[in-house]
Amino acid sequence: MAELVPSIAGRLAYAAAFTPGLLDPQRAEPTLVSGPNGKAVKKRYAVYRNNVTVSLVNALAETFPATRRIVGEDFFRAMALVHVRQSPPTSPLLFEYGRGFAEFIEGFAPARALPHLADVARIERAWLDAYHAADAAPLAPQALAAVPPEALGAAVFTAHPAARIVRSRFAAVSIFSASRQGRPEPPREAQGPEDALITRPHLEVFVRRLPPGGATFLQDLMAGRPLGEAAQAALDAAEAFDLAGNLAGMLEAGVFTAVNTSEE
Amino acid sequence: MTGEMRHGPSAGSSRFPRLDIGGRAGASFKPQHIETILDDPAPVGFFEVHAENYMGAGGPPHAALAAIRERWPVSLHGVCMSIGGPQPLDRDHLNRFKALVERYEPTLVSEHLAWSTHETTYYNDLLPLPYTPATLARVAGHIEQMQEAIGRPILLENPSTYLLFRESTLSETDFLRALVRRTGCGLLLDVNNVFVSATNHGFSALEYLADFPLEHVGEIHLAGHAEQQDDEGAPLLIDSHDGPVADAVWKLYEIVIARTGPVPTLIEWDSAIPEWPVLKAEAAAAQAILDRHAALPEGQAAHG
Repeated sequence: MAELVPSIAGRLAYAAAFTPGLLDPQRAEPTLVSGPNGKAVKKRYAVYRNNVTVSLVNALAETFPATRRIVGEDFFRAMALVHVRQSPPTSPLLFEYGRGFAEFIEGFAPARALPHLADVARIERAWLDAYHAADAAPLAPQALAAVPPEALGAAVFTAHPAARIVRSRFAAVSIFSASRQGRPEPPREAQGPEDALITRPHLEVFVRRLPPGGATFLQDLMAGRPLGEAAQAALDAAEAFDLAGNLAGMLEAGVFTAVNTSEE
Repeated sequence: MTGEMRHGPSAGSSRFPRLDIGGRAGASFKPQHIETILDDPAPVGFFEVHAENYMGAGGPPHAALAAIRERWPVSLHGVCMSIGGPQPLDRDHLNRFKALVERYEPTLVSEHLAWSTHETTYYNDLLPLPYTPATLARVAGHIEQMQEAIGRPILLENPSTYLLFRESTLSETDFLRALVRRTGCGLLLDVNNVFVSATNHGFSALEYLADFPLEHVGEIHLAGHAEQQDDEGAPLLIDSHDGPVADAVWKLYEIVIARTGPVPTLIEWDSAIPEWPVLKAEAAAAQAILDRHAALPEGQAAHG
């Protein structure tokens, strides 16, 4: 801590001494603390250890309820504890925690039998981002209808702050939806790939499965590419891409807040 | 007294009505109760929220808090400013806190004598600190920095602790009293924390309260605790906020209120959250005690 006066720094070393054992069960209790009247400190320090790890595991359990339901409570908590100890939060805002959880799951050997699990977690992380995103009125269908046909190809859109896309090689959207609604896992036919569109046009978060080419189309539009280019890229990605259907879908879902034509 | 701390700045252009919190009992606001609360003609006297839960940009949390703030006084309770830590406060977090104070004009603003961040790791717990002249100077600086950032005094809450630091040279009550003197902050007296710490450290809760600068208390917290055992098999109480207030804590509370007169009092319930009527009934029990002591002539409220 460069900004501490050296003479004071030595006397303010309590945080550096107190923290290492909080996330590392192998470490002994810090020596600068004790129980009252010479009482032992093991169970007393364990209260803090427990508060830290249990509350952070709980935070992940709240953020990833579908993931949790898929693997079961015990498996989830054991997996989350490993992640908490490896990658504790770096922000005091717990709703920001868990951004590395999906990647962690991909490398977590005991979860290897569930290759779709990480993508379900990605959808849940995006769900919480949408939940806390800034409020904004979604683009009204009339605003798009008012764009002259000859200007449509060059039209660019402003993404809604809550809009997110998660692409999966697996049937992650079907599995996510079934789990969140407490239904059994979807039938074998649902094999993916599936792309999720997450939006929150008003106060409720929606997760939809995008039609063929839809993810390419919307990702391009959200990146600020003109409508004509995005439609062409979507067609290149999927022959079955349906422009009219996708435009109607994005308006209904509230993916954008504004449309701008080059004349403006 | 700390009357000036109970009200937000008297800015000309308020989004929300100014509401009186004096002598009222309140409850933790939990989002799952929002519908029931808005349908309840007389829920409780005020609501308290954890500031950090409302530091997102938008969405349902802000819609709910705005609806609450329209009708009831709100107390903004910070849990992770890490005021008790040795390292400088997080400027981003200070800015977020300031924005929240400006947005909701809370009647009360409070934080903890504890820390939760070290270097870049956030531990999500209220961790203890040694009570020494060096930590006193550091914590006082942090309180001043926060008060300057938000433009008003805060109430600082006494912690519940499970162990002590060998290097401590000051009592907790002397430490708090010195912080009040240096920074002009007020105090949030958590009576459950007093009972938990007294049990865990083997001191008398009544003696602690006799030594507590009650004249600076702007809010009181009541909550439930859990019981474990220490290494020697003696009771070790955990500040769990997951159940009703214990009888012993109610008794201490009544003793405090008899001395201070009515002070805004919060029922905290953060885990294993019950249906709204259960929380409301706990707040009503606190309100009954407040009302009983509000009826006393003013001179009978002793000075701490």
